[in-house]
Formats: sequence, structure tokens, C-alpha cells
Amino acid sequence: MSRMLLSPFVKFLFLEGVEQNQKGEVVSEKQNKYKHRFPSSSLYLLPHISSIFLCNFSLHPPPSISSSLSGPADIDSMATIGHNNLNAKLVLLGDMGAGKSSLVLRFVKGQFLEFQESTIGAAFFSQTLAVNDATVKFEIWDTAGQERYHSLAPMYYRGAAAAIIVYDITSTESFARAKKWVQELQKQGNPNMVMALAGNKADLEDKRKVTAEEARVYAEENGLFFTETSAKTAVNVNDTFYEIAKRLPRAQPAQNPAGMVLVDRPAESSQAASCCS
Amino acid sequence: MDEEYDVIVLGTGLKECILSGLLSVDGLKVLHMDRNDYYGGESSSLNLIQLWKRFKGNDKPPASLGSSRDYNVDMIPKFMMANGTLVRVLIHTDVTKYLYFKAVDGSYVFNKGKVHKVPANDVEALKSPLMGLFEKRRARKFFIFVQDYDENDPRTHEGMDLTRVTTRELIAKYGLDDNTIDFIGHAIALHRDDCYLNEPAIDTVKRMKLYSESIARFQGGSPYIYPLYGLGELPQAFARLSAVYGGTYMLNKPECKVEFDEEGKAVGVTSEGETARCKKVVCDPSYLPNKVRKVGRVARAICIMSHPIPNTSDSHSVQVILPQKQLGRKSDMYLFCCSYSHNVAPKGKFIAFVSTEAETDHPESELKPGIDLLGPVDEIFYDIYERFEPVNEPSLDQCFISTSYDATTHFESTVMDVLNMYTMITGKVLDLSVDLSAASAAEE
Ligand SMILES: Cc1cc2nc3c(=O)[nH]c(=O)nc-3n(C[C@H](O)[C@H](O)[C@H](O)COP(=O)(O)OP(=O)(O)OC[C@H]3O[C@@H](n4cnc5c(N)ncnc54)[C@H](O)[C@@H]3O)c2cc1C
Ligand SMILES: Nc1nc2c(ncn2[C@@H]2O[C@H](COP(=O)(O)OP(=O)(O)OP(=O)(O)O)[C@@H](O)[C@H]2O)c(=O)[nH]1
Ligand SMILES: [Mg+2]
Repeated sequence: MSRMLLSPFVKFLFLEGVEQNQKGEVVSEKQNKYKHRFPSSSLYLLPHISSIFLCNFSLHPPPSISSSLSGPADIDSMATIGHNNLNAKLVLLGDMGAGKSSLVLRFVKGQFLEFQESTIGAAFFSQTLAVNDATVKFEIWDTAGQERYHSLAPMYYRGAAAAIIVYDITSTESFARAKKWVQELQKQGNPNMVMALAGNKADLEDKRKVTAEEARVYAEENGLFFTETSAKTAVNVNDTFYEIAKRLPRAQPAQNPAGMVLVDRPAESSQAASCCS
Repeated sequence: MDEEYDVIVLGTGLKECILSGLLSVDGLKVLHMDRNDYYGGESSSLNLIQLWKRFKGNDKPPASLGSSRDYNVDMIPKFMMANGTLVRVLIHTDVTKYLYFKAVDGSYVFNKGKVHKVPANDVEALKSPLMGLFEKRRARKFFIFVQDYDENDPRTHEGMDLTRVTTRELIAKYGLDDNTIDFIGHAIALHRDDCYLNEPAIDTVKRMKLYSESIARFQGGSPYIYPLYGLGELPQAFARLSAVYGGTYMLNKPECKVEFDEEGKAVGVTSEGETARCKKVVCDPSYLPNKVRKVGRVARAICIMSHPIPNTSDSHSVQVILPQKQLGRKSDMYLFCCSYSHNVAPKGKFIAFVSTEAETDHPESELKPGIDLLGPVDEIFYDIYERFEPVNEPSLDQCFISTSYDATTHFESTVMDVLNMYTMITGKVLDLSVDLSAASAAEE
């Protein structure tokens, strides 16, 4: 048979790639062969590579490949991911001014700003921790203020493996708000979510309005892990994240693997990307 | 709330949320309100309880369907072209980081009473019964022409000016039969009716190229992708973008009455006795019913099933296009099916939609050919919704109203509407091609 006859009518999709072997069968080709045909596209889909890797995510959709502060997609790290690597989405909730952003800033950058502005702008961070034999990469979501008028999108807690509910120990109102968030998470969130209650601004002992005892009792009743923190002095900040990392459930079978994040593929990572496709 | 904003956006549908995000990123002070207590307006995804409230007037879905929370049923179902404009906007705005996608298993077409796979690779094409061998040979020549066609390179034009030559004339040159034309026009170029035959061929050629580029993005069985947890995630993701750039969000605001000055210019929005002032109002048609007109209606059926659509190789996500000619109708009918594999239903359940531009007042009988392809269903809801478009003059009243999600539920037209509105509001053109240079840098 002539090559013409064997050619598929949608061969235009694969124009360069279709080949026949000696017996005249069509040999399926690799995508890379015709990739250059479509220079107009900026989109590369990166399926999550190893299934071992995916097995580690149980609570939440597969990891985002985009990292936050660091800019372009962090694909290389994908290649090194082994058995004990976990990605975990972590959300922060709490009253305005309780110190959510300050806690993240302390944890991610080791900084503290006396006049931290109400959160606008970068509200997505990532930080990796080594815990025992595993590494946990936290994807940290700050609220961006949507909760102020009770308008937080459910997407915010969707797939979150952990939540830190923050209140300010100098404000009883902020403690009351924290309890509301706990209720909301119990209703909406993932039932296996690891929840931490953080009484922040522990350095302001002389202005304290919420006793540690009161908060501890509440936390115990609700199955939360409790700690008092200070983003200012750094007390208990890293420890809180470590403790969460330790408590994250390991190696549960993935409910639904294989989601992918769309990224604008940077040139230098083309190799890593093609190994995934 | 008693503040002054550059823009107040009403309704949190996808279009409004994309605009809100783009405007906030531009540094404008945005207040975004919705009368509902959930995001998404018409483009939300509902859980079972919400679905029952909306279509059955009660909130008691049968327990046999599983947990309400496990359902995310799109109100405007559609798949995204892997290489389409919406994807470009997602990447341009970096909203992709909030979303997870999965490829759609297959695209099918209804032909002479049967459902056939639209071939996604050479092997499938070879086996496909959609065309005879000689027709395949003729079609191949046409596909090669389309593949090589480059608007800016006259050598690829074979002496034709595709902005003048009609699609009918172009296809005639290749001697394709009506069946093939139907297939190309509806299953690949994704036209909704046959008007394209008399229109300049350039549009069809571009659509075919888009299809092939999208299919080449991944070695899946279709050119489509779809977000985990349903399309309702999209407006939420853009709303977060807006909030991250300082946009203020208020859901559950009743009334949202737009206030005008003596000249008829929008000056603010009142809700619950408080008025927020603004320079411009952006909204969906439901917030300014006096400034829109009805342009059509969509008939649809929403079904919950316990099996995939028959004859689609057990695809857990699939589209079936029923070209109008195959049904003796004026517009195409679409089946759309998604399942637990995209986290829109509990394990073992499938959500199927049948939709078309309504031609009668009886959606049940009109949609029958599509519903017949589904097999037994656990639950079915019929619905007709009306589509509106704005009739106001935004330069006079400062009201920027989106067009209803058109019958096509077409992201391309959705995004075009958004981009046009963005230009009207800001006087600027959003340049999505900036992404393209990054892409060429990524070439091997
Ligand atoms: C009543 C009705 C119901 C429908 N229901 C469904 C449904 O349930 N599920 C479903 O998947 N589809 C449905 N469709 C089809 C839908 O309109 C789209 O054709 C299809 O989903 C294609 O994807 P998109 O629009 O999401 O992709 P997009 O990313 O928006 O792009 C693809 C579409 O835009 C056009 N296009 C994009 N770029 C260009 C360009 N540069 N030049 C010219 N054209 C371009 C293409 O023809 C294509 O249709 C329905 C259509 C109608 C009329
Ligand atoms: N003394 C003291 N001040 C703190 C501490 N943590 C935060 N602050 C201050 O409290 C204020 C609010 O902190 P943010 O981190 O912005 O609080 P937030 O919860 O992110 O607030 P929103 O983004 O508005 O919701 C800032 O002025 C911080 O400097 C702390 O541990 N001790
Ligand atoms: Mg903050």
C-alpha cells in the first residue's frame, strides 16, 4: 500500500511524525517531534510524574509546580522527589491584624515588620521543611482580605492539608473570631485537616486578654493543636510549622491523583518538562 | 462601605471576576459585590443541596446519591481548549497556580445514528469509520494545506485570499463530501451551525489549527482540559487575584441598586441602605435589566448517572457533538459528561449535560436525541435559560455590562467579551501575546 493511503486523515496533527515500519504499519511517534510546529503556544502541561510521588498526597490535590516568591516554575525539584516528600497546602485564618501575615513572614523569611500592612499583594508563599525522614513543602495561602466581609471563597480551603487559626492574645474579639473559623473549617474543610490554634503576640504579656488556659481547653475540646506564638520575637513560630508537618498524615492512597498545573514553561527547564510528558 | 471606588463590579460570574482581577492588577480600586452568598453567579458549580433548591424547590436530595459536598455541578458546562484564549488569560494573570486541571478523555461526534470518536492521533484516524479510504486521502490534502497555512506567508496560500474565499469554495477545491464537511465544520472547527460555509474560510482554518494545537499539547484523547472540582473554581481563582491586588469582596448583598446622576451616569451602588460611590459599574445583565435585551434561549438537561455515556469507551470525561444536520435542526446539540475523575461527583457517579440553542418551548422533546444517547439516568432536570446582551452606551452611562454566557457556552466568546469590556473600561488593549515570546524561548 502506498504511504498516501495509509496516511490518516487527521495526520495534519502529526504531520512530521507519522512513520511506517517495514510492514507498512503506522508507528506512533513522540510528541517532541512536532512540538516545534506550534511555536505560538506558551502552554505546557506538566503532568505529575511519578506515581510514588502522587501516593503521598492524600489530603489535597497534587502539588502546584509554581512556587511563589521565587518566580518561575520550580520544575527541577520535581525530579528529585522521592518517597518521603510531601506537598501540603496550608491556609491561614483569623481576625484582621491578628498577625497571620507576620507569622508567615517570620517563618518564610525570618523577618518581622513592626508596621506590617494589611495584606495586599503576594499572598502565596512556599517553604520546605525537613522533618525526620521526610521533606514537607508547604504551600501557604494567606487570605488576601476576602474574609473581611465573610466572602472567603471555598476554593481557599479546598484541598488544604493544614490550617493555622490565628488570634491576638490581647484581643478577646479576635479569639471569638478564631472560634468562628474553627467552626467554619469543621463544616467546610477536609475532615483530616491538621488544625493549629495560634495565640499570637505572646510578647505583649502585659496586654494579655485571653489566657493560655482558656484557649488550651477550647483547643483540646475541638481537636486542635494549640500554641502561643510571637511573630515579633519568633517564639514558637517555626515550631508550629514543624509540629504541623509532623502531624500530616503520610502515605495514604491518593484519592484522585493526576491533576496538573498549567505553567508558562521557562526555557531553561525544558528538559525537566519533557521528562514529565 | 461608604467609600469611593474606581469600579464597582456586580456579580461574581467568570467574566466579572476576570475583569475584577485585571482591573485590580492595574491598580484600580475595586469593590466586588454579589447578591448571592456564593461565588460564580450563573457560572457557579452547585452541590447537590443547591441543585435541588434551584431545580426542585426543596433541599432534600435522595441519600442514595451520596454526600452533597462531593458534587460540583456546573451551571454553564464547558471544556477548555488546551491552547485556547482562556488558558492564555490564566497564564497571563498567573491564576493557574490556584487551579488543577486534567485532560478530557475524548471528543466524539454523532454521525448517521452512531457515536464515533473524533480521532486524536494517527492510529485512531486510520481506524476511524467516519470516512472511506479515498475520502481520507482527499481530506488529508486539505489538512496538509491547513497545517501549512501561515497568514503571513503568501507562499502557503495556494493563490487564495482566505479572507475572501468562502469555506464552501475552499472545501470544494478539495472535493470533500458533505459528510466530511459536516465532520470538519462541527467536530473540529467547532462551528455551531452551517453559516460558516458562506463566510470567509480564514476563520475555519484558524479554528482547525487551534484544535490541532490543543490536541498536541498532551497525548490525551481530546483537545480539552477541565479543572478539578468544576468550572466554579475559575471565578473564585480570579476573585482571589483581585483580592490579592486589593479588591474588596462582599457576598450576600441584597438589591445592589445602581445609582445614577441627572445625566444618567452611574455614580454608585446602594445595598442595605449604604451607598458606595464609584466612577464605573461593571455587571452581568441581571443587575441592570433595563439596559439589556433578550437574544436567545438555551435548552438543557442536567443528569446524574451511574455509568459513563455508552459507546464512548468508558470515558470519564467526554464531549459528544451532534451536528445540526444529523438531527434536522438549526443548531448543534452537545453532550458533556464529567465524573469523579474530575472531582465533580462522588465515586461511581457521572454528571451529564445535554444542551442546545432552544428552537421550541419544549426542552424535553427537543433534547430527546441527546438524552437517548445517555442510557438510564438516576436524576434529570430540564431547564431553559435566557440570554441577554447589553443595549446601553457605556461611554454615556459608565455601565459596562457583560453578555450572558452565550448558548455556545464558548470560552472563546466569553474571553473576547471580557477583553472588549476591558478595553472599553480602561482604554487599553490587553496584550495576551506577551506569553508567546516566552513560549518561543521554550522551543527546542
Ligand atoms: C448550545 C451549546 C451548548 C454547548 N455545550 C457544550 C458543552 O456542554 N460542552 C462542550 O464542551 N462544548 C459545548 N459547546 C461547544 C462550545 O461552544 C465549544 O465549541 C467547545 O467547548 C470548544 O471549547 P471552548 O470554546 O471552551 O474553547 P476556547 O478556548 O474558547 O477555544 C476554542 C473555541 O473557540 C474558537 N476559537 C478559538 N480561538 C479562535 C481563533 N483564534 N479564531 C477562531 N476561532 C477560535 C474555536 O472554534 C473553538 O470553538 C456548546 C455549544 C453550544 C452551541
Ligand atoms: N507585638 C507584636 N506585634 C505583632 C505580632 N504579630 C504581628 N504583629 C503586628 O500586628 C499587626 C498586624 O499583623 P499582620 O501580620 O498584618 O496581621 P494579619 O492577620 O495578616 O492582618 P490582615 O492581613 O489585615 O488580615 C502588624 O502591625 C504587626 O507588626 C507579634 O507577634 N507581636
Ligand atoms: Mg495579612
